Amino acid sequence: MARHRTLVVGALLVALALPFVLSATGHDFQIVFAARIMIYAIAAASLNLAIGYGGMISFGHAAFFGGGAYMVGILAAEGVGSAWLAWPAGVAVAALAALLVGALSLATRGVYFIMITLAFAQMFYYVFVSLEAYGGDDGMSLAQRSGLGFGLDPSDDITWYYVVLVLLVAVLYLLHRLIHSRFGRVIVAIRENESRAEAIGFPVYRYKLTCFVISGAIAGLAGALVANHANYVSPSLLHWMQSGTLMIMVILGGVGRFWGGPIGAFVMLALEETLSGSGVLGAYSVHWQLPVGIILLAIVMYAPQGIAGAFRGRNA
Amino acid sequence: MSGVLIAEQSLNGLQFGLMLFLLAAGLTLVFGIMDMINLAHGSLYMIGAYLMASLVQATGSFWLALPLALAATAAIGVVLEVSIVRALYARDHLTQVLATFAIILVANEVVRLIWGPQPILLAPPEALAGPIELVPGFQYASYRLVILGIGAGVALLLYVLVARTRVGMLVRAGASNREMAVAMGVNIRLLFTAVFGLGAALCALAGALLGPVLAVQVGMGENILIIAFVVIVIGGIGSIRGAFVGAVLVGVVDTLGRALLPALFGTFLNPQYASSAGAAASSVLIYVLMAAVLFFRPQGLFPARG
Repeated sequence: MARHRTLVVGALLVALALPFVLSATGHDFQIVFAARIMIYAIAAASLNLAIGYGGMISFGHAAFFGGGAYMVGILAAEGVGSAWLAWPAGVAVAALAALLVGALSLATRGVYFIMITLAFAQMFYYVFVSLEAYGGDDGMSLAQRSGLGFGLDPSDDITWYYVVLVLLVAVLYLLHRLIHSRFGRVIVAIRENESRAEAIGFPVYRYKLTCFVISGAIAGLAGALVANHANYVSPSLLHWMQSGTLMIMVILGGVGRFWGGPIGAFVMLALEETLSGSGVLGAYSVHWQLPVGIILLAIVMYAPQGIAGAFRGRNA
Repeated sequence: MSGVLIAEQSLNGLQFGLMLFLLAAGLTLVFGIMDMINLAHGSLYMIGAYLMASLVQATGSFWLALPLALAATAAIGVVLEVSIVRALYARDHLTQVLATFAIILVANEVVRLIWGPQPILLAPPEALAGPIELVPGFQYASYRLVILGIGAGVALLLYVLVARTRVGMLVRAGASNREMAVAMGVNIRLLFTAVFGLGAALCALAGALLGPVLAVQVGMGENILIIAFVVIVIGGIGSIRGAFVGAVLVGVVDTLGRALLPALFGTFLNPQYASSAGAAASSVLIYVLMAAVLFFRPQGLFPARG
């Protein structure tokens, strides 16, 4: 336990010092990349809540992620530039979408649940593809990041980094509290044995739906941030390949392990960044997904517990 | 909105539905018998279409290339099953998703490496290039008519295979209760490989026939895969009959929706909104259909497991 705490404090200190180290060594552009990793860490952590703790293999989280992003984009296009309005709106829309999808999908299980969440997410994808008023297939650019007030300038990359860091820490703290609360224990009990939890008297469906909605809402927050981060939203944020990527992050990091989401986001994005740059593959770097696919297959075959699992014991 | 348009679009919908059935049939058996989620099914469809395009060029004949493309894709499917997919049956669904997702990434990039990033051309056979007059005043593309015929023929063959033969009996036994089938001495390993190979061949058939109608490009498999999922969910996992009904339903609803909804919306909305709202509504139509079916029959229309 003490070792765990030291690790967390150490990681936080590294995260706090990172922008200074990077700009002192002339790697300023990496600050933006680090912020992107943290945003995807939030998204992957939200998906890990549903998959790892709730046992709900959602293949549709891109819908909530992209829904949150589009809410911020649409509000910005309509002249609402405050993050204090846009982000909660993004979270609310994602939660609502998760409520809708979850209410219908949670009546099923197994491969059905996977396929249905996938199909519903794809439905949202096509809705945004046909929304010509907001860019349609091409997506749309945002004029600037949502304003934060308090004299903070979100277009400054270092400020933005710290804003994202604060939100990541807040989300992880919240998830930690949630998982170790009575609610979290019930959710895990349902994952382990649904009929037993039902027999004890827990309203299984309601617990699962609540967990699914919380997970979707957090994914919406990550989406709101990604819209601001890139100043650009497009339907590809909702595409099922996006859901798949988030899922891969969770599996890579370790399903149902607390740090699984953040670790997976880091590994996946670092891998993508390294392989898609011209440094490793040279002229073949456009085909960076080929080595990624081969690496994933190798992990499936040889490291079934994910990366967090390969280094740690059973209990995370 | 004339009767001719509706008739033409209904035929298009039926034709799309039959092609969807070719994809969904293999997929539903893999899901049903092996309880395995296979995202790479769409990749076999893509590979089939690309092989077909190359073989048409090499042989100079559409009808000579078709069986070759089918056989080649079936062989690729069998190799895939023996080398990777077989190891996944015993793993959880999450692992299956990860592994087959990885197969998609690999397949897409390999196709890009071999055939390049641009969509490639696959022309219909010359004799079928023009339209044909079905009834006086109603013309229909003759190639699409041939697709319709082949699709219906293969669907019938598949039905006979599954419902009337010994192999089909084993397949049905596997879908409704795998453990029992194993206990009764069915060589389930061989059966899985055969079903996977057959599924791959059906994918290739759909890819080869649809290639001249849709575009042959990287990513073609992923888009149609999701629609095949919708078909299976509507029809009930593991049921060939369900896949057939679901596929025709989805094909017709989707095609008619796309053709008619924008015009329908135009009758009470101004044209600027009508085309956009109509496009949005028609693209979500099949998902609404799926939600409705699920609401009343969570196991699909024809559940395979008793």
